[in-house]
Amino acid sequence: MRAYLPDYDIQSPETLDEALTLLSREPGKWRPIAGGTDLMVLLNAGRLSDLNLLDISRLTELRGISENGPSVTFGALTTYSELRQHPAVREHLPNVVESARVTGAQAIQNRGTLGGNIVNASPAADTPPSLLAYGAEIELVSVRGKRRVPYESFHKGYKKMDLAPDELLHSIHVPIPKGSGFHFYRKVGTRQAQAISKTCLAAHARIENGVVEELRIGLGSVAPVPARARSAEAVILGKAVDFLPIEDAVKAIQSDISPIDDIRSTARYRRVVTANVLRQALEELARTGRAS
Amino acid sequence: MARTIELELTVNGTLRRAEVHPAARLLDILRDEFRLVGTKEGCGEGECGACAVLLDGKIVNSCLVPAIQARGSEVVTVEGLAVEGQPGHLQAAFETANAAQCGFCTPGMLVAAADLLHRCDRPGETETRDALAGTLCRCTGYVKFVDAVVMAGGTRGGK
Amino acid sequence: MIGAPITRREGRAKLLGQPLYTDDKILPGEIRGVTVRTHIPRGILKGISFGEGIPWEEFTVVTAADIPGKNLVASIVHDQPFLVEIGGTISHPEQPVVLLAHPDRSLLEKARRAIRLDVEELPPVLDIESAIEKAQVIHGSNNILKEILIDKGDPGPVFCSAVKVVEGEYRTGAQEHAYIEPNGMLAEVGREGERLTVTVYGSLQCPYYVHEAVKQLFGLPGDQVRVVAMEMGGAFGGKEDYPSVNAGHAALLAWKSGKPVKLIYDREEDMAATTKRHPSRTRIKSAFDRDGLLLALDIDFVLDGGAFVTLSPVVLSRGALHAASVYKCPNVRIHARAVATNVPPHGAFRGFGAPQSLFAIERHMDVCARELGLTPLELRRRNFLAIGDRMSTGQVVKETVDLEAIVSRALSEIGYEEKRRSFDAHNSSQSPIKRGVGFSVFLHGCGFTGGGETYLASVAGVKGLPDGRVSVLAANTEMGQGKTTVFAQIVASALKLPVDMVDVWSADTAEVPNSGPTVASRSTMIVGKLIEDAAYGLKQSLIQQGLLEMTYTPEEFREAVKTAVARHGSLKCYSQYHKPPHIVWDDTTYKGDAYPTFSWACYAAGVSVDMVTYEVKVDDFVAVQEVGRVVNPMLATGQIEGGVAQGIGWGLWEEVQWKDGRMVNNQMTNYIIPTSVDLPRIRVAFLENPHPAGPGGAKGIGELPMDGPAPAVLNALAHALGPIRLDEIPMTPERILARLEEADRG
Repeated sequence: MRAYLPDYDIQSPETLDEALTLLSREPGKWRPIAGGTDLMVLLNAGRLSDLNLLDISRLTELRGISENGPSVTFGALTTYSELRQHPAVREHLPNVVESARVTGAQAIQNRGTLGGNIVNASPAADTPPSLLAYGAEIELVSVRGKRRVPYESFHKGYKKMDLAPDELLHSIHVPIPKGSGFHFYRKVGTRQAQAISKTCLAAHARIENGVVEELRIGLGSVAPVPARARSAEAVILGKAVDFLPIEDAVKAIQSDISPIDDIRSTARYRRVVTANVLRQALEELARTGRAS
Repeated sequence: MARTIELELTVNGTLRRAEVHPAARLLDILRDEFRLVGTKEGCGEGECGACAVLLDGKIVNSCLVPAIQARGSEVVTVEGLAVEGQPGHLQAAFETANAAQCGFCTPGMLVAAADLLHRCDRPGETETRDALAGTLCRCTGYVKFVDAVVMAGGTRGGK
Repeated sequence: MIGAPITRREGRAKLLGQPLYTDDKILPGEIRGVTVRTHIPRGILKGISFGEGIPWEEFTVVTAADIPGKNLVASIVHDQPFLVEIGGTISHPEQPVVLLAHPDRSLLEKARRAIRLDVEELPPVLDIESAIEKAQVIHGSNNILKEILIDKGDPGPVFCSAVKVVEGEYRTGAQEHAYIEPNGMLAEVGREGERLTVTVYGSLQCPYYVHEAVKQLFGLPGDQVRVVAMEMGGAFGGKEDYPSVNAGHAALLAWKSGKPVKLIYDREEDMAATTKRHPSRTRIKSAFDRDGLLLALDIDFVLDGGAFVTLSPVVLSRGALHAASVYKCPNVRIHARAVATNVPPHGAFRGFGAPQSLFAIERHMDVCARELGLTPLELRRRNFLAIGDRMSTGQVVKETVDLEAIVSRALSEIGYEEKRRSFDAHNSSQSPIKRGVGFSVFLHGCGFTGGGETYLASVAGVKGLPDGRVSVLAANTEMGQGKTTVFAQIVASALKLPVDMVDVWSADTAEVPNSGPTVASRSTMIVGKLIEDAAYGLKQSLIQQGLLEMTYTPEEFREAVKTAVARHGSLKCYSQYHKPPHIVWDDTTYKGDAYPTFSWACYAAGVSVDMVTYEVKVDDFVAVQEVGRVVNPMLATGQIEGGVAQGIGWGLWEEVQWKDGRMVNNQMTNYIIPTSVDLPRIRVAFLENPHPAGPGGAKGIGELPMDGPAPAVLNALAHALGPIRLDEIPMTPERILARLEEADRG
């Protein structure tokens, strides 16, 4: 433990109002902490520069998973374990379940939260590609009220977010895909479990009459932020599953990503493997489309 | 800014109190305040799992739990898996399978196994390997841990 | 007793969370320590400044100027300072400069960061190539820490005349031990008038190494220094030489503060600052005749030793002595060098240089087989050593070695021939998964290299206890390998007693003789033989005193010991190592019997490669070995499984990433050791061939399993992927991709 604890302050409000009031009184001063699976690592290493922590773990307003008509709503404090176990999530949003399954190990999944995975803003986070693939929206709250933003416009740059200093992430709304769609999630990590991703690709598609009518591809670890593969999507959208221009999409995805060399992998590997995984996803899409 | 909180929690069935900084790690509270040194620190970043305990019945890495979030909770450590100082069912299976070498990851491994057996009646090798993947061991190659857990799942009574 | 799969002695306590590891022990009034380190690879230390806002008067501060004895860590060569002095040379980026102690751990961390070192930077040498090319001279005149030449026959002319010459270059990376318990020490200093006593408790493999280092640091006689090995959370060589450094540091802080001081490294510090496996580069030139018989080998073996000599000479020696492996070759030249670089010193790690040179030769043999149009099995089989053959040092193989039997067993267990065929068929399909099967054959020398055991002249003993039981007296430490259980079994066997009548004393220099370090796969074979002899001596003494008949029951033995202890106050018997007359070794020419004997093995791996991600999965692994008589099959199996796991990790994932001489992925998150889902069920088999050098016929076992996995896995990869350049480990997915792309470019 390298932190000098007396330098740190923690407030632990019992209600959302209390928390928001504190945030609005001293905007930017308080760093929310939920499951602690990211921030406590920094604290232990003596690298947590935020000295004032707002423990939001007691805010029941931010808990729970509910089906609201066309979408599933996740409170920001929903843990990975809760995501994995919830019947509606398992039925409608298999990519979310899979991304929760491959995040850390059981001990992390019991503590880490979906909201934390989003606002920690790591490009290597495992759930954001799934949320991007399903076209999630996120809801932010402050004393000024609530607002909803498409998740794909939330990350503005490396560790930069569309999040005001007085706002908390309240919930995540994920539309339930219509009909039997195509779901694909693959994380390529440094090992088979308890790993950080080197590249990650989630996709969801809706096929009607043998044509790809809807497609979203979410990517992790290949750009400063979790990102959509817009160019690759554009190549495939509206095409017949029997004649998917897979190699064109594989070329196109190169302009969607800007990977780097770091201690976990190389830019070259990330480029090639992201393309390979996309090819695998699209081949599966073609097979699924033909079978349906 | 320095201040402490009065922390009250149940550890291995006993109500315990400590005066600690609210950001102090549950790990340090267990080891330093309560002298339950069976729980180990191997990495301090939630990666090795040597510090695992059951928090309200679920496995967590105690190095990542701030004191303030452990208020009022129930904690079970490796010491709490014993029955009147003797090996419990799971520990007995580990002993039979020779599933400890240096012993440093063992408490975390036992806690991960206990957590699995709470969730899953008769885990097979695959479920067991998945459940133990958050506990790093450098001595064994994991074979004997897996055997011990499968054995414990297969032989336990009506629990 | 020998041969019985009894459970680990301290196993139950470990399962109850009871044993005290170093950080678990508390001495009254203890305070904590931390180490302030350099941050540049090379330079001169100009000054130390203590920043503002810290109550420095509350701290114990130790610098080089405080050191009462020699500021040099006792080792093979005394060249590493405990602390860099002002005006002194900075030789790597993790060198200790200042030691701090304070009761408040939290404040200690703040203080560590408030210290600034004023340095003059010098250009560093950071890899093997720059060291050899003498880009900068940082050690002696040529950056060579140690050089060894092994010569047999005359390889030179053979390369001109041979039918086939195959050359290759192979590299292995540094490997972090990643024991789960980081390094830690607890020291206290007592004063009775002028007489100083220093006691160190710690996580350490070799109590008498630390003893020597602390003696020299304080200039004290041996009886004023006591070293106690605590329960140890893994070591693998990582707590062989480094503990001399941190024990000295803890002792200095305790001495200056007058209080017990606990110095526990966290994971980041442990990974960055302590030793690792030596990176290596091996160039092999080999000549064959038309039948695939090996005619000549020319091996250039280089290890990166890091900033100080430490154990590099002996690691190099073991690497060089294993370089020609299990092959018969009339003409051999092995040129081995350990070079200096400005990185923290590399040190002991399970296998001790042998895994590096064995990786090279075993990978090379597969390459040669392909070039010669032979199967990997056939080429090896034509060149296996057998009884009566001469090894590279001229050592004659004196024992029956049935490599054929070992290899056959391993290959039939894994279904080698069947897999070769079915995988070949599979790989020609469109599947994104490519499969391969491969194996390695190797040996490991038991005990110390060359004259090491003679030089050590270890002593171990057996002592009678007042209750009639006996206790083993040896300085060997328990780090999870099972020494406590195995020693008890050996003595129980020798004395024909139930194993619970044998106690094993903890490794405390105040209580046990110097039976040498717990390294080099020597505890069972070498020290085990000493305690077996001591046990016979003890029995003999009871018989001579008329207390015991030649045949006896355990109860009669117990009574005899009780009586003897009551009568004389104590009953002890010691045995000292003496070189058997038939072992001849010349350290200057590197000729003779390098090791008293060898363990032999064949490991086989089945792998699959996902061509989407280039990730490798080891699907099956078989480890077959001949280690003499197996003292405890259950513990031995655990040792092999663990070694195989480390070997697979080293081969596929474990990469130390360096920047300016510093490990930058020094976290468990970023240094990738295998988890339970990354490994297959490792299948272990022993073929027994009792050897007279060891107790009950046992040979060494601890390091052997580190040698074989990496080449077996890479040979399997070669089967899966075809002739691409698989010459370096770890063979990460990134490297596999790069090699495939290189092959595509032609």
